[in-house]
Amino acid sequence: MAKKNLVVVGNGMVGHKFLQKSIEIGATQDWNLITFCEEPRVAYDRVNLSGYFSGQSAEDLSLVEPGFYDQHGVKVYLGDKAAKIDRAAKKVISAQGEEVEFDRLVIATGSYPFVPPIAGKDTEGTFVYRTIEDLQAMSAYAEQAKIGVVVGGGLLGLECANALKNMGLKTHVVEFAPRLMPLQVDDLGGNILKDQIQSLGVTVHTGKSTTEIVSVGGRVQKMVFADGSELFTDMIVFSAGIRPRDEIAKDCGLTVGDRGGIVINEQCQTSDPHVYAIGECALHEGKIYGLVAPGYTMATIAAEQICGDGNSTFGGADMSTKLKLMGVDVASFGDAFGQTPGAKVLGITDAIKGTYKKLVVDGSGKHLLGGMLVGDASAYGNLLQISQNQIVLPPNPEDLILPARSGTSNSMGVDSFPDSAQICSCNNVTKGDICAAIQADNITDIGTLKKCTTAGTGCGGCVPLVTDLLKLEMKKAGLEVKNNLCEHFDYSRQELYSLVRLEKTMTFADLLAKHGKGQGCEICKPAIGSILASAWNEQILNPAHVTLQDTNDAFLANIQKDGTYSVIPRIPGGEITPAALIAIGEVARDFGLYTKITGGQRIDLLGARVDQLPAIWQRLIAAGLESGHAYGKALRTVKSCVGSTWCRFGVQDSTTLAILLEQRYRGLRAPHKFKSAVSGCTRECAEAQSKDFGIIATEHGWNLYVCGNGGMKPQHAQLLASDLDQEILIKYIDRFLMFYVQTANRLERTATWLNKLEGGMDYLKAVVIDDCLGIADRLEAEMAHQVATYQCEWQNTLADPQKLARFNHFVNSPEPDPSLLRVEERGQARPPYAHEREVLMAIQNR
Amino acid sequence: MVQASVESQTVNQWITVCQLEQILPNSGVCALVADKQIAVFRTAEGIYAIDNYDPFSKSYVLSRGIVGDQNGVPKVASPIYKQNFNLQTGECFDDPTVQLPVYPVRVADGQVQIGIA
Ligand code: SRM
Ligand SMILES: Cc1cc2nc3c(=O)[nH]c(=O)nc-3n(C[C@H](O)[C@H](O)[C@H](O)COP(=O)(O)OP(=O)(O)OC[C@H]3O[C@@H](n4cnc5c(N)ncnc54)[C@H](O)[C@@H]3O)c2cc1C
Ligand code: SF4
Ligand code: FES
Repeated sequence: MAKKNLVVVGNGMVGHKFLQKSIEIGATQDWNLITFCEEPRVAYDRVNLSGYFSGQSAEDLSLVEPGFYDQHGVKVYLGDKAAKIDRAAKKVISAQGEEVEFDRLVIATGSYPFVPPIAGKDTEGTFVYRTIEDLQAMSAYAEQAKIGVVVGGGLLGLECANALKNMGLKTHVVEFAPRLMPLQVDDLGGNILKDQIQSLGVTVHTGKSTTEIVSVGGRVQKMVFADGSELFTDMIVFSAGIRPRDEIAKDCGLTVGDRGGIVINEQCQTSDPHVYAIGECALHEGKIYGLVAPGYTMATIAAEQICGDGNSTFGGADMSTKLKLMGVDVASFGDAFGQTPGAKVLGITDAIKGTYKKLVVDGSGKHLLGGMLVGDASAYGNLLQISQNQIVLPPNPEDLILPARSGTSNSMGVDSFPDSAQICSCNNVTKGDICAAIQADNITDIGTLKKCTTAGTGCGGCVPLVTDLLKLEMKKAGLEVKNNLCEHFDYSRQELYSLVRLEKTMTFADLLAKHGKGQGCEICKPAIGSILASAWNEQILNPAHVTLQDTNDAFLANIQKDGTYSVIPRIPGGEITPAALIAIGEVARDFGLYTKITGGQRIDLLGARVDQLPAIWQRLIAAGLESGHAYGKALRTVKSCVGSTWCRFGVQDSTTLAILLEQRYRGLRAPHKFKSAVSGCTRECAEAQSKDFGIIATEHGWNLYVCGNGGMKPQHAQLLASDLDQEILIKYIDRFLMFYVQTANRLERTATWLNKLEGGMDYLKAVVIDDCLGIADRLEAEMAHQVATYQCEWQNTLADPQKLARFNHFVNSPEPDPSLLRVEERGQARPPYAHEREVLMAIQNR
Repeated sequence: MVQASVESQTVNQWITVCQLEQILPNSGVCALVADKQIAVFRTAEGIYAIDNYDPFSKSYVLSRGIVGDQNGVPKVASPIYKQNFNLQTGECFDDPTVQLPVYPVRVADGQVQIGIA
């Protein structure tokens, strides 16, 4: 029997999902799959579209595995739009003139951004935010723009505002309604959200209706509002809602809604039973769903209707959402506005922290109907489950949204969910599905679990819950998460740290004899060397410790690619006297060292031979400088800004505090390096929020942020506590750092550590601020010991001839390494590249 | 003390490079012998000599690597990119196509000596 034609118009998120599902249930046996794709590329992840601005390429965003369509014989008309549907002849005619007959047709044309009919709306400099091409156009234009306005303060508008802000534009949001996100939050929530967004530097104008866009020389210049006010801007992005793309459906006589949308029944069929519509173009019971999850559900149902058993039907979808907009959590679920008769509302506003939490409970007080969360949506996953699964509420439901007391978590965890609970709404995966997969395949890591179940592969919002489930199942199966350091120790770093402390172990040899096997290796030796240093602070070059150290620590300098070293003296807080600056310059000149300002506010002298290091440090120490520990898994720099001493905006003396902190924590060995910064005001010139601990001055004291990271996977630091005086600030930092040192894995920065810490930031706050573990005194005392026993490692080494004896390239000759060569560039000496090296060697050997 | 097994090489002369105490247990030094850079390691089990040249970073640094064992086989990890080398055979654990020269070495009267042809 000849195959029938199944044609899909639109290859967006939902169109692709439909093809995927059809293929999954074996459609290719009976059907030729054909799709028209208007865009120049096949389906991509529109939900994460903004990722394009943060470095994800179009390929990264693609939803279609390379070769997937070919492999399954799907014919794709790329960059060709279906222009017309001829229902009588049962064919689709494309813009490029292709004619394709269909037995069944699926319309998945999505929606287009609504642009309000404002005079001047088509001026150069106006944009919409829907496709990769839109973003390309925006970013090209933004290069010569300073100010940007987003029209529309809904979900997409705020996401778009964030993108503009990240492009460095002074950003405004103009919203017609009296509050932001009018569809998701109420007035109270909207106000908190507005405050939060404004504090991030985006100006919000609510209750504003734009009447005209004025241009100069054909380009956007300003906007005029109904109240007579004006706003100057270089570019405008419209994000004022979406409209279904129903034009081809309307043209061929299919029924569409009064306000647009292709009418479908619960089988996703249009008024013509051979034609289906799914995704944002479809209108079901008077509703358009502007979210991807309902679209995916429709795709699955339509695929099953056409190619499968056709049992499932579409009964509407939940519009619950959780988003992070510019770092501000916003979530709403269920009956968030309390419209159910008899519903009772329970709300908590914290204007200081900037959070708003509201629960809507049914008349009996037993069930959660819905709610909204602004500022902190960490409870969302649990609350959604409780409401969707009709789990009976605890006697005091407000506990679910009150801040956790003394480190205990009030939420009703995943354990209490029924198996039918939908954990991943993007891909419709239930708790039962996930648990079954874990048990069937003995899964013990989140990556595999995601692959097997697809849970967490959409928006990623459910990943914390999925992870909780995995842990829970592993615990139930009696599995222990093994975290051994290496083949020589069957213990994790944290366990070894405790053993060292408890048993007062002073050397690697003792620990190996008692708890290890073999001789050790390059993994356990430096890790235990670091533990011993964190615990007892003995000099790392003492004979018992020196052979544990990586070459950097062993020679108190950073090894470079040719085996020479770099020297970085400490410059606390980045402040340096002219005399010290001159001394560094003289040393660099006299030893022929390549000199560079580092990214950490200090100076790097590169190319020092191992035999030169002591003489270099002799000079630097004489000039009052000390080791900068650039080589150690230890404190690097505490960056500072000039602060109130000079800066007209500074509200506290950030430089003095930075110097004080750098001197307090210098030399502290930790699982990984750690960095800090202090800014004198909220402008944050020292970039404190990218540091392991960062401090920002306020009018009333200091805000402490922790667990930020630059580097490979940047992560913003999170606020631990606000408006602290210096004494409390230092107490908290002491506790925080010692707790990290004690519990982190080897080579785990604070950001990664926090991401894995059970209970997350709430737990960390409970430990550091509320002392829920009762260890604060001990942590402070341990830090006090560190501070009291600090010595400059270079000073100590120079005073000890035995330690100095190692600083030679050869054991039997004073000669330096003869293989080292230098070439000159921009007035400095650097190592030759391979091709230059060959030439130099040839000259030498002549 | 066990010596590195270096069968195919005939030794005509033993050159003293240092006292055994000059090498801390479980560490290495670099010796200059007949214009060659040789990394000499002292472990609890014995003394070993391999080339000081690290072919991965193309620099002369192996004597500064961390000494240890992999399943009981003594090894050194390059301080630059951390490849591991078998101290007995010079073989690279991470890339079996790479093999470093090993040299005859012994301890006589507390002196570390390298054998040359
Ligand atoms: C010298 C310097 C680059 C420069 O010329 O500016 C530098 C050089 C190195 N960085 Fe860096 N980093 C330098 C600032 C930074 C910064 C900027 C900062 O500190 O403000 C960052 C991002 C901030 C951060 O760490 O969060 C940075 C993120 C990294 C990372 C990624 C860490 C991460 O968590 O993702 C590594 C790799 C690692 O540590 O595992 C790294 C590693 C290295 C190493 C150690 C790589 C290596 O093993 O050779 C380089 C040592 C060179 C040397 O011998 O001095 N470097 N590195 C900077 C020294 C600052 C200082 O005064 O101490
Ligand atoms: C910036 C942004 C952020 C978002 N964030 C979220 C979020 O966090 N959570 C969430 O649930 N949703 C989010 N959405 C919404 C989500 O992207 C949509 O719900 C989803 O893409 C709808 O899928 P669709 O296939 O119906 O439409 P689309 O993905 O738009 O696909 C429709 C495709 O059909 C093509 N097409 C149209 N007409 C024709 C024709 N005649 N012939 C051929 N092709 C045609 C279009 O070019 C388009 O490629 C976001 C959307 C945007 C723009
Ligand atoms: S952070 Fe504030 S005080 Fe510091 S330099 Fe910038 S504006 Fe000035
Ligand atoms: S809910 Fe979006 S990925 Fe699971």
